[in-house]
Parts: sequence; structure tokens; C-alpha cells
Amino acid sequence: MNEKRTENILEVEEVIMAFGGLVALINLDFQVQHHTIKAIIGPNGAGKTTLFNVITGSFSPTEGTVRFNGKSIENLKAHEIAKLGISRTFQTIELFTNMTVLENVMVGCHTRIKSSFIASGLRLPQVKRKEEQMRSKAMDILEFVGIADKYNESADSLPLGERKILEIGRALATEPELVCLDEPASGLNETETQAAADLIRRIKDKGVTVWLVEHDMKVVMDIADDIMVLNYGEKSAEGPPLEIQNNPKVSEAYLGGGEENNA
Amino acid sequence: MLRIGKLPITFFALFIIVFPWIARVIPGIGHYPDLLIFAGIYCLMTMGLSLLLGYTGQISLGQAAFYGIGAYVSAILTTTYGLNPWLCMIIGMIVAAIVAIMVGVPALKLRGHYLAMATLAFGIIVFIIFNEEVEWTGGPDGMSGIPGLSVFGFNFDTTEKYYYLVWFFVYAAFIFTINVIQSRSGRALRAIHASEAASNAMGIDVSRFKIMVFVYSAILASLAGSLYAHRLNFINPTTFDLFFSIKLLIMIALGGMHDIWGAIIGAFLITFLSFEWLHFFGEFEVIVYGVILLLIIIFLPHGLAGIPHIVKGWLRR
Repeated sequence: MNEKRTENILEVEEVIMAFGGLVALINLDFQVQHHTIKAIIGPNGAGKTTLFNVITGSFSPTEGTVRFNGKSIENLKAHEIAKLGISRTFQTIELFTNMTVLENVMVGCHTRIKSSFIASGLRLPQVKRKEEQMRSKAMDILEFVGIADKYNESADSLPLGERKILEIGRALATEPELVCLDEPASGLNETETQAAADLIRRIKDKGVTVWLVEHDMKVVMDIADDIMVLNYGEKSAEGPPLEIQNNPKVSEAYLGGGEENNA
Repeated sequence: MLRIGKLPITFFALFIIVFPWIARVIPGIGHYPDLLIFAGIYCLMTMGLSLLLGYTGQISLGQAAFYGIGAYVSAILTTTYGLNPWLCMIIGMIVAAIVAIMVGVPALKLRGHYLAMATLAFGIIVFIIFNEEVEWTGGPDGMSGIPGLSVFGFNFDTTEKYYYLVWFFVYAAFIFTINVIQSRSGRALRAIHASEAASNAMGIDVSRFKIMVFVYSAILASLAGSLYAHRLNFINPTTFDLFFSIKLLIMIALGGMHDIWGAIIGAFLITFLSFEWLHFFGEFEVIVYGVILLLIIIFLPHGLAGIPHIVKGWLRR
């Protein structure tokens, strides 16, 4: 079978992640289909962030396989995974605060437009051209995410909502096939949340698959094609939003009475 | 956007070019070109250290060791083996680069205090080797009879000639360094400083970049060492001790480590302080350095190069 033709972009098989005696993920199995938005929900301590770190290469799973486009990636380092086409954002925002908004996105272009240390030092002609190329690509991305007017501002001067947006933009600059978002709406107000949700939908429309961890149920129900519920490191339910909403076990544990969980 | 202005560089280059003439006419500063040779040699090292510590956020307390490696490789190969000094200089840089890779691969996996301790230990080990390998290095007595430099029969035998030679290297290294800073590699280094996790997520091979910049700083220090050895024609281990590594840190802290100009300013000031202005403190010189470092860290955390920003801040109010 041709590896590139698999229906699923991401396949997680029997993943176990143990830290000493603490087992954070237990025999986890799930797939993410191409060009969809898949959300992971679950209470605090369910193992969502651990799962996130396993997929993006911060941790290697104790056992099991993670396949991206048919290629197993569970033993690759984070930067190698980024090169393959999986990008991520951080729950606790990790922007390069010593740089401008534009430079942050330009760092995201690192793996796709290359010029070596020595070539840069000698300022060879192609270096200047590539620098321009990076700059215009980064500007295009800022246009796409909607903060192009802030390009020359320091990254840490942005309000929270825009910092989250910038993190997403920076992730997109790596030209990912799969983008993993760690709580993109946490801490945002109603308008900012709406903007983030819109952006995530537009990312999907561009043909990029989205995999996200999110607490805001309204956002999840609104944008996700597929939801997986994680509880104590195990999958407790999986399916389209409606099915998850109507699953009594799930709604009782995590969704409560609807609106009050939106905060 | 990080841009390093071209105008100050041009002015600075002009200043360096005309300075020996100025020094000739103003009474009392006739020996300043000699001091600027040392300032230039220090600049080579502080630029490397600024890129390593200020931009990438990786400390090294072992830079004097690379300085010494350059000096001793040049000294041993020219005096004992009679090799061409320029060839020795290149061999010195290669040796320094190999040593930097051997030390850097394990050490740069460490962070903060641990990296400081590892590079500190490395510096001490190299210092002990210089002292104890008497057959090679002459031990504490050092090595003399190191030849001067010449190219195609042109001897760099006067202070002014050597001054221009050193500053040619400093200028080349400075341009190379600022080009790196304003490129993809420079952004990667600053990204590593801000967040290693996010750098990894952007596909930056963090350890590779850390090692690359460590090697670069080692090569510059080795070049500085060779230039030092051929200038003084004599070396001994005390020049390359731990205190010198710390002095380099004081230089970039004083000048400002987040700005490549800080490396230049710091090297100049410490050169003049140690050779000219602090003589009457004698043994207590060290204390003065301590006080300077303390005051800078408390009142000017971005060093002297940060003053323009502070002034701009005042004007805006």
C-alpha cells in the first residue's frame, strides 16, 4: 500500500505513556482523518497534554506506535516531527518575546526556506533573496490570520487573544499538514474566541488537518468534525459532536447543563 | 525587526583607520594604538561570546581555554616545528573547533548553572594542561621566540602594521557576525534563547545550533590567541586562566550582551581599565571589576549599549 494514500493522517495505536509508576495514557487508540478537525476533550488530569506531547515529540511513548501519513514517528525528536509536517501551539503561550510579530512567523519558516550559517555570515546573494522570500511568506500568513497590521510590534506587547493567533500563525509558517492546537480558546473573551474558531475553520478550508485540545465546549461542538473524550488516560467515547453531546455518560461527566461550562 | 545600522559601522571603521594618525599628534596617547591591538584581540572573543551568551543564552566560562589553544598551537607549531605562522593559525582554529565540538556536544545538553560548571571545569583542565605539559608548552615558564607575522615578505613588525592586521580580522569577524545575527540562523539563535520548546516545534535543531555557535565562538577565540602569541612573541599559562574567562564575561556584561556593539564597547573599556586606568589599584584591581559588574547588573542590566534605549524612553515621556 502506498504510504501517502492512507485515509488517516494520524494513527495512534496502543499508546502507553508511563512516568515511573504513574500511567498517564493507557492503551490509547485513535485516528485523525485528512482535512478534518478533531477535538480531544476531558477533565483536568485526563492526559490531554501528555497525549499532545507524545504526538508532537516532546515525549516518546513507553509503548505503542504513532504514525503520521503511514510513517511511524514515536521515536523522532520534536524538531524532526516539525520538519515532517506536524506543527503545534502551546497552552502556556511560548512566543519568542525577544522578537517582533513578523520575526516570530519568520522563525516558523525555518525548515522550509534554508540558508546556512556560513552562507548567511558571508551574505551570499541567495541569502538576501531567501530572506525576502521568508519575509513575504510571513507577511502573507499574518494577513491570513488577521494581525498583519501588528507586524512590527514586539510579540509580548500583543493582547492575549492576538498572542494566541500569532502562535497559530507561527505554526502555519512551518507549512504543516497537521496542526495541533493546545487550548486555543482558553483565557479568551467571547469575541476573541469567535475569531479563533473562525480562524481554525479557515485553516481546515486551506486543506490543513486540525487536531485540538479544548475546554470550551461551545467551540468544540461548533467546529469539530470528530471528538474524542479522554478520561484517566483512557478513551471513554469517540464520535461526531452530536453523538458525543447525546452520550449520557459523557454529558453528565463533562458537559453538565450546557451553557454554564462555557467560561 | 532586528536591524543593525550601517552608519555606526562606517563611522567606527573610519575611526579605526585614522586613529593611529590622531594618536601621533595628540600628546600622551602615542601608545594607544598598542592598546587597541589588545582591544581588537579581545573584541574577537567578546563577539563570539556575545553571540553565544547574549543572543543564544548559553553561558561559557571556558573561553580563555580556546584563546590559549590558539596561542599554544601557534607557539608550538612555529617554534618547535617551524611551520608557517598562517598555517598554524588555521590549524589552531581547526583544533579549537574540534575541541569545542567534543566539549559542546555533552555540555550544551546542560542548562544554566550546569553548563556554567561544565565549561568552567573545561577551562580549568586546559589551564592545567598548559602548566603541566612542560615538554610541549614550557609549563609555567611559558614559551618564547614565537615569530612575528609577515605576508609575501611584508613584515607586520611595527605597532601600526600589527594594529591594521588585527583590526582587519576584527572587521571581517564583525561583519560576518552581524550578517549571521540578521539572518535565519540568527533568528534561530534568538528563538532558542526565548524558548527551546517552541524552537523545537518550529523545526529548529536546537542542539545543532548551540554547538554551531559554540564552535564559532571557539574559532574566534583561537584566532585571537594566535594573534596575541605572534604579537607578544612570548606566552605563558596565566594569560589563559579562569580569571580571563570571567573578564570576558565582565566585558560583555559591561558593554551589553544583547547587542553586538556591547561586545566592542566592553572590550575597549576593559582594555583601557586594565592597562591604563586601574594601575594604581594594583592587587585590588579585581575588586574594582567586581564593583563595576555589580553596578552594571543593578543599574544597567542591558549594559552601556542599552543607554540609547533608556534615553529614548525618557524622551518619549
